[in-house]
Amino acid sequence: MSSQDKSEVPEEHLPEVHASAHVPAEGDPFADPGLPAHEPRVTDIDEKAANRAERQVAFLFVISMLSTIGFIWAYVGIDKYRIIDIFFFGKIGAQNLALGGFLGLALFCIGAGAIHWARTLMTDEEIVQERHEFTSDPETREYAIREFSQGAADSVIGRRPLIRRTMIGAMALVPLSGVVLLRDLGPLPGTKLRHTDWKPGVELINEATGLPIKPNDIVKGSLTMVLPDGLVEKYGPAGQKEELSHGWLEKAGMSAVLVVRLEPEDIKSKKELDWGYEGIVAYSKICTHVGCPIGLYEQQTHHLLCPCHQSTFDLADDGKVVFGPAARSLPQLKIHVNEAGNLAASQDFAEPVGASFWERG
Amino acid sequence: MSSEQPKGGANKSTPIPDNAAVRAADALDSRLGIYGAAKKNLRKVFPDHWSFMLGEVALYSFIVLLLTGVFLTLFFKPSMQEVVYDGSYVPLQGIHMSQAYASTLDISFDIRGGLAMRQIHHWAALIFVSSLFVHMFRIFFTGAFRKPREINWLFGFLLLILAMVNGFTGYSLPDDLLSGTGLRIAEGVVLAIPLVGTYVQFFLFGGEFPGEDIVPRLFTIHVLLIPAIMVGLVTVHLILVFYQKHTQFPGPGKTEKNVVGLPLLPVYAAKAGGFFFIVFGITAFLGGMVQINPIWAYGPYNPGQITAGSQPDWYIGFLEGSLRIMPNWEWNIWGHTLSFNVLIPSLVLPGVLFTFLAMYPWIEGWITGDKREHHLLDRPRNMPVRTGLGVAWIVCYGVLWVCGGNDIIATHFHMSINTITWIGRVAFFVAPVLAYLATVRICKGLQRRDRDKVLHGRETGVIKKLPHGEFIEIHEPLDAAVRHTLTAHEQPKPYELEAAEDENGVARKVKRSQKLRSRMSHWYFAEPIEKPTAEEYKELTSGHGHH
Repeated sequence: MSSQDKSEVPEEHLPEVHASAHVPAEGDPFADPGLPAHEPRVTDIDEKAANRAERQVAFLFVISMLSTIGFIWAYVGIDKYRIIDIFFFGKIGAQNLALGGFLGLALFCIGAGAIHWARTLMTDEEIVQERHEFTSDPETREYAIREFSQGAADSVIGRRPLIRRTMIGAMALVPLSGVVLLRDLGPLPGTKLRHTDWKPGVELINEATGLPIKPNDIVKGSLTMVLPDGLVEKYGPAGQKEELSHGWLEKAGMSAVLVVRLEPEDIKSKKELDWGYEGIVAYSKICTHVGCPIGLYEQQTHHLLCPCHQSTFDLADDGKVVFGPAARSLPQLKIHVNEAGNLAASQDFAEPVGASFWERG
Repeated sequence: MSSEQPKGGANKSTPIPDNAAVRAADALDSRLGIYGAAKKNLRKVFPDHWSFMLGEVALYSFIVLLLTGVFLTLFFKPSMQEVVYDGSYVPLQGIHMSQAYASTLDISFDIRGGLAMRQIHHWAALIFVSSLFVHMFRIFFTGAFRKPREINWLFGFLLLILAMVNGFTGYSLPDDLLSGTGLRIAEGVVLAIPLVGTYVQFFLFGGEFPGEDIVPRLFTIHVLLIPAIMVGLVTVHLILVFYQKHTQFPGPGKTEKNVVGLPLLPVYAAKAGGFFFIVFGITAFLGGMVQINPIWAYGPYNPGQITAGSQPDWYIGFLEGSLRIMPNWEWNIWGHTLSFNVLIPSLVLPGVLFTFLAMYPWIEGWITGDKREHHLLDRPRNMPVRTGLGVAWIVCYGVLWVCGGNDIIATHFHMSINTITWIGRVAFFVAPVLAYLATVRICKGLQRRDRDKVLHGRETGVIKKLPHGEFIEIHEPLDAAVRHTLTAHEQPKPYELEAAEDENGVARKVKRSQKLRSRMSHWYFAEPIEKPTAEEYKELTSGHGHH
């Protein structure tokens, strides 16, 4: 495609030596004046400037080499745990800073050198090349279609429908094996999304302390994060850490609960009051929108705000949604005080917790 | 390089050297025929414009991602098995966490250069998606997607989607509190899918959330499946750019039939190759000096915990925003739950927004009925409706993106979160329309300015006092090159329906699609700012009435 010499370049693409600013007396004043003449750069005409540019490029490449040496020095020579305090940057790891800085400099200078070289010493004279049309000429088109038709006819696929249909059937069925193979990716949902680890009598364990909760522990205005017994790391009688059972993270993701104490007269719903204990109420911590744990509590308004999408629930009114994209109230956990004087669940949640799903109903 | 050299190729008097390199090339040629390919491509011309660099940024950050990503896989352990951390970061010692999180901490603290590589990888990902978007809008606003490049537009579009998906999977791998929160939201979205949502969730996570399967599964998707597809698409994308040749802006000497620019060897190779090192160098600086995603500060993932102000990477922010401003609509019908509050913002809306982008070349092609090849780019002002639609799309996306940070805005500017959310709901519908109208007006204003410049010349700023006391500003006529550039665009006529009756008075059947197309075409090309004609120009410049 490239026009190898002058004679191949069509006339209209050749540069006009002096693009005229004057108005043509006749003809199209907006006609293409052709490629402007090449303007030489300083480095094209001044050997000294060209030599200077060469030295600048070489200087950049030398900086790059030195930076690579600096990188290796930083890798072996700086203690990886050393923290330094730099004005504006603050306290940062010295080695990481040096490695990133030297690597950046080593790479950047190669790039800067190459581009400076291209801009000062390589040609900047524009070349004109022709485009070719993509549409094939009629002979090629006919030839290709005829060849294809001949090939198709030779295969007899048009005349033998039994072969054609069974082949399509076989090809359509064979990917099924791949689909079936995916079955063991996970168990069926069953009713797992409907149940949590709260059972009648399960004690509420403070997530922070690992201890059961007495009503007096819950003071007004505070928000206490709670999990069912067995899902919080505790220390055994001998002081050793009890290992959590396998799968506790999944259970925690469903069973997380928060407990607040409200003035009983502030509670607007009879059911909410009955399901709590002297104004202490327990709600699912899992947002009914898409399942984030909710943690921002406004003690004056009793509103609970989800930090993910700002759904806001009123804890004094059955956990109803007062703002945001969540559609359903937060499920309340019915609690009571057991013989030991600790808060315990009276039953599992009455409805599925967390995000909505098709079978939820 | 002397300026006497003829254009379009090497001087024939350039001697053919006889050395080891040429002999090696001869040996290769006798086996692979490399001289044929070299003849075509070595001096291939690439037009130059700053905006053509945007796609290069995307390509180079992709290469940086591949290089740093390989390093990270050497140390990252994609396992959710619980371990007790005993690495060198004191605040987390003795804490239960997944191996994925523990190994990410090791990469950050105990492997020399590990943190730099992690941060380069993350920065490069952000730059990659940004440059893809900006590159795509360069293509959009200049009409470079038109025939014959529609297919390459689609490949580029797929690359953008895959880049965002792979960004999200990568963000989820360290299994820290922030990435787990992102996965939890994704789980909520999956659950909302009608009919199959719960099954998809249980199969994806291998059981109840979070399970122990999601990180290893996302790892395979992140390092193998999607990158392999992307490498293939990038290759095809570049082959098509090469084969179809690059577009160019109109200007003197530039036509639909030629391509004007600098040769691949040496100029373009040096500039593009050098630019790769610059992009890599800048991401390396960022990786060394600008902290990103300090996972050690968030702690291991626990579905019962969260930090306020949780934010995804920027390119997922628009989904976060649409989830936040959506009203809480949910239907319960025949014992089944349809969560419009989740489905619309996270699946339907992005589907509509991005399908529109993907299909745009065909939409515009149908409206304009233009079946010709285009290699000269449009200046955005000369296609006001297209430019307006593009800006409206960006504004729509931008509103959602800003709403994704409504909590940050609320705390920083002491505003009510409810007010901000409501502003977002209104702005989502109103702002794109206003942006469209404003853009069309600005485009037409710029077209008028071009017209004035062509007819009256450039305002020089030189004020002249005439003998009778009048002040005038001297206008300098444009030179022929600029005049041509400003008038090179086409001004197509809208598609007209044929007369309702043919010449024999028989009613013609007009298809509904034709009517729609005619209406759309009128909207597209309505009330053009007519570019100056030769007559107007000559009338004004023939000595009288110059000012």
